[in-house]
Amino acid sequence: MCQRNEHSGQALSDEIVREVVFRVQRYSPGQDRPVTREYRVPVTRGMTVLDGLHYIRDNLDATLSYRFSCRMGVCGSCGMYINSFPRLACQTQILELNSDLVDVRPMPNYPVVKDLVPDLSQLFAKHREVQPFIIRNEQELEHPTAEFLQKPEELLRYLQFTYCIKCGLCLTACPTVATDPRYLGPQALAQSYRYCADTRDAGAEGRLRIAAGRDGVWRCHLAGACSEACPKGVDPALGIQLLKRLAVLRALSLKKPHSPAPVAGKRTGVERRPGIPQPPPPTVESR
Amino acid sequence: MANGSQTGQIGLRGWVYAGRFGLERYAYTLHRITGLGLLLYFLMHICVTSSRALGQAAWESVMGFLSHPIFRIGEFLVYVAFAYHALNGVRLILGELGLGLGNPVRPEYPYPIAHRRQRPLFLALMIISGILILAGGWDFFVTKH
Repeated sequence: MCQRNEHSGQALSDEIVREVVFRVQRYSPGQDRPVTREYRVPVTRGMTVLDGLHYIRDNLDATLSYRFSCRMGVCGSCGMYINSFPRLACQTQILELNSDLVDVRPMPNYPVVKDLVPDLSQLFAKHREVQPFIIRNEQELEHPTAEFLQKPEELLRYLQFTYCIKCGLCLTACPTVATDPRYLGPQALAQSYRYCADTRDAGAEGRLRIAAGRDGVWRCHLAGACSEACPKGVDPALGIQLLKRLAVLRALSLKKPHSPAPVAGKRTGVERRPGIPQPPPPTVESR
Repeated sequence: MANGSQTGQIGLRGWVYAGRFGLERYAYTLHRITGLGLLLYFLMHICVTSSRALGQAAWESVMGFLSHPIFRIGEFLVYVAFAYHALNGVRLILGELGLGLGNPVRPEYPYPIAHRRQRPLFLALMIISGILILAGGWDFFVTKH
């Protein structure tokens, strides 16, 4: 249900407060160069750039292509270059841009499939390359019997980096990616640190060999643009610097590999408090 | 592909046009340019000094050529590049060792950005760099040697 203006009684969400020009970069496969098209879009309070693109597609030009899914900054599909900054279209309020011109382009540093749709396959390939998963030499991962023990302060060492939604905006912002296509980039390297810092993991050595290699962390010179562009507060630049520190400490043998967190054992001598219901049956079979 | 290459890279324009980002991204660009400038100087320096191996006449000819005032300005630019690159490099090394950046935190809005905690250090180093450049400029162009 929409709110109502207490003076006019009009629905706030329908009230047109401004008209802006959307300047959108258009490109179709087979064209030599992209072209720009301008569309006049009436703006209501709370309208996002993604809403503006919906308006264009529904009312002005049905051929406009763009990618979106969740519309609430979770799926990472609608990354675009909006008014000279990489942003999620669904999280960018048109009125907060404070401009009569909304310039929308596909994310730089990615090939363009069509119009505002970038090809993110390199991003995912680099993500896979850094082994973004828990590595342990035991059957517990394949046939789990209980959770691994981890203290809250151990969780906090990597929690920030788990919020990555793989939107790819950080690679758009990174100046090294602009000239080095092989550089793993802030997204993958921050994820590499996320797993290296996880006490449940025992695969840091192999992961560091990749992350501290020729196309890894030493290509970063702390421009910090990735962290400024990140819409989820992941701070990839911090992750990369911490990964560099880890690589240096490991190379100098100042930090030994840790034993991975143990599996929680059966509790003994503890009684369930009265009135607390039993947990549901386990979803995996015990060995 | 629409933006220039198969991988979509924007190329050197990505260094030069830093958009609406913080100071550190401009510092990155300047660090790379000064680094490449210093590398070019070292290569030229090796070529110049190796001319001595060709005999005294060749050496004096090269030295005479390099006495032109334009090379004096060039030497000063090398010094400027050194002053900036060395001091910004101190910040980068400290950052790479995780010093002055703090620890990871819960990402709660407004999101903290770790490298901004280094901003006072960055500004202090740039002031020192500016003082070194001014002192060097005085020595290069005002003091009679």
